[in-house]
Amino acid sequence: MPETKMRTISYAQAINEALHEEMERDEKVFLMGEDVALSAISPATAGLGERFGHERVRNTPISELGFTGAAVGAAMAGYRPVLDMRRIDFMMLAIDPIANQAAKLRYMLGGQVSVPLVVRAPEGGGSQNGPTHSQCLEAWFIQVPGLRVIVPSDPADAKGLLKSAIREDNPVLFVEYRALYSLEGPVPDGDHTEPIGKAAVKREGADITLIGIGSQARNCLEAAELLAGEGVDAEVVDPRTINPLDIEGLAASVRKTGFCLIAEEGHKSGGVGAEIAASIQEAAFGALEAPIARVAALDVPVPVHTKLEAIVLPSTEKIVAAANNLLS
Amino acid sequence: MSEEKAPLSDERMQMIYRDMLRIRRFEETAFELFEQGEVVGGIHVSIGQEGCSVGACSTLRDDDAILTTHRGHGHSIAKGTRLPEMMAELLGKATGLCHAKGGSMHIADVSKGHYGAHSIVGSNMPMAVGIGLAFHFEGKGQVAVVFFGDGAANEGSFHESMNLASIWKLPVIFFCENNHFASSTRVQYATSVADISARAAAYDAPGVTVDGMDVLAVHEVMVEAVDRARRGLGPSLVEAKTYRYFGHSRKDPQFGPYRTEEEWNEWKAKDPLLVAERILGVSEAQKKAHAEAVENELRDALAFARQSPEPAPEEVYEDLYA
Ligand SMILES: Cc1ncc(C[n+]2csc(CCOP(=O)(O)OP(=O)(O)O)c2C)c(N)n1
Ligand SMILES: [Mg+2]
Repeated sequence: MPETKMRTISYAQAINEALHEEMERDEKVFLMGEDVALSAISPATAGLGERFGHERVRNTPISELGFTGAAVGAAMAGYRPVLDMRRIDFMMLAIDPIANQAAKLRYMLGGQVSVPLVVRAPEGGGSQNGPTHSQCLEAWFIQVPGLRVIVPSDPADAKGLLKSAIREDNPVLFVEYRALYSLEGPVPDGDHTEPIGKAAVKREGADITLIGIGSQARNCLEAAELLAGEGVDAEVVDPRTINPLDIEGLAASVRKTGFCLIAEEGHKSGGVGAEIAASIQEAAFGALEAPIARVAALDVPVPVHTKLEAIVLPSTEKIVAAANNLLS
Repeated sequence: MSEEKAPLSDERMQMIYRDMLRIRRFEETAFELFEQGEVVGGIHVSIGQEGCSVGACSTLRDDDAILTTHRGHGHSIAKGTRLPEMMAELLGKATGLCHAKGGSMHIADVSKGHYGAHSIVGSNMPMAVGIGLAFHFEGKGQVAVVFFGDGAANEGSFHESMNLASIWKLPVIFFCENNHFASSTRVQYATSVADISARAAAYDAPGVTVDGMDVLAVHEVMVEAVDRARRGLGPSLVEAKTYRYFGHSRKDPQFGPYRTEEEWNEWKAKDPLLVAERILGVSEAQKKAHAEAVENELRDALAFARQSPEPAPEEVYEDLYA
């Protein structure tokens, strides 16, 4: 087999390439969202309006409920809409079409329809945007059977998983961490897709399993470097999709290391980490040498002030400290 | 230009009457079954509103779409939904349109262009916009009609959907059945305007109020709206003034604390089926023939539903993901 050629591109470029390629491949794919048609607004959608025209790259009014419900209707009628939510915080105005309709219609109508819809939802803090523009809300959506929830943490996964999401016949919440947009990394050339529902080991290690979601998968990799300096060999695993959750993939790592720390940028209470921790102890309780540790946003809104925000959000340093605490 | 604008043939007039009777008798039967405990879940009947559903759907092609509400039996039947499978859905059978997962409030028959009854008030309007957008992409002149109540006209989704359909000139017809109540809340209390159709002006769309008890009046107004939509001129808002004879749902009484028997009787005197008999020229002999055909159809539908099996436990996992 010839070796796959790799290119170094950013997370935002990876998303942009996935959108270009999938729109090129399938004329049923179209984009909607606020300010998507003119490329200056977001690097993720740059150039699409020029390439595919404003019918298929469709600006919407500030009308989240209306255009999200419209995407559900278009999906039922055979199209593959991809929505740009700008920020997941704004999606709160569009919960009904996602949770009550997109996720349930196939089931509720006895399999008569499918809803191949992708909602791209950029999110996350660290930019002093305050309580209503910094949230990480993927945990809300794992309570909704019928949805797929995908959270890529590097350019290769962003591209490969977005392409798979667009080809998926079910509604997908595709969470993008804004803080990762400028992150660069190798992406295979060509039609690169990644499977939905498979965790990925991002760094191999023997002493402790660090499970990181989205932005925190990056922080776990940095933490692993720092821990290596202290003689701790950490493994970093990224679930990549949290519905379905690859519990076996995560448990396999925990069985190897005996220690597990879960890091996420969402709030700790009722978070994705809580779900993963419960599932891991169901699957691999006997392998655990200590209780599972969690690093997450504090259970307060994300304040705008730089220092206060840093107190609330998880970080590489907090992961290192929690890992050391767990191992001691 | 539109053949729909030609006067209706006697055959079509008879079919319009027959459909109204099919709805009336289906719902009377369903309500009886409900009272006997044979229906799984609740039902909301549209008896009194048949002029709206049949007047509207009689202007549509097979490849046009409808979306309806919790009170959607009438629209479903008028759009051609298969009655045996619909009855089976009400009785919670595996052969039901939704495999007993959706019940009365989610009747759908996508093979007939029926994209579902939707039980979250107002939720069907954005979806209608999306189906209208798909039709716009396809360019085959199809239209999407979304039925909703006077109560739903106060949801934000109504306003967002009217605006989207208007700026994108989509083939969507917003059909508001103003039956004067949202559960126990009278329309005048809850609504800023006397005629809901007036709201169309805010979206630069035609808005028409029509007598929903008169099936032909509804049909005529819809012919205009459908023609406009097919020609790419955008959405219309049709408001049909009507009345539900039954309570809102389940055990809500017919007169309740929120309306009087006098008011009820006034509307009853304008019964859409009585009006239809007269304006469609249905003779006594024709009436008898229609009644017989409808009873036979209903008997067969009910027999099918009763003979059908209940869903198997393992079906609980089916149809969640494609
Ligand atoms: C979003 C939402 N809010 C409330 C309800 C409860 N509910 C069901 S039907 C109804 C009244 C609807 O009134 P209208 O739109 O006029 O329709 P009608 O029942 O008269 O046909 C209400 C409040 C609901 N199903 N969905
Ligand atoms: Mg009403």
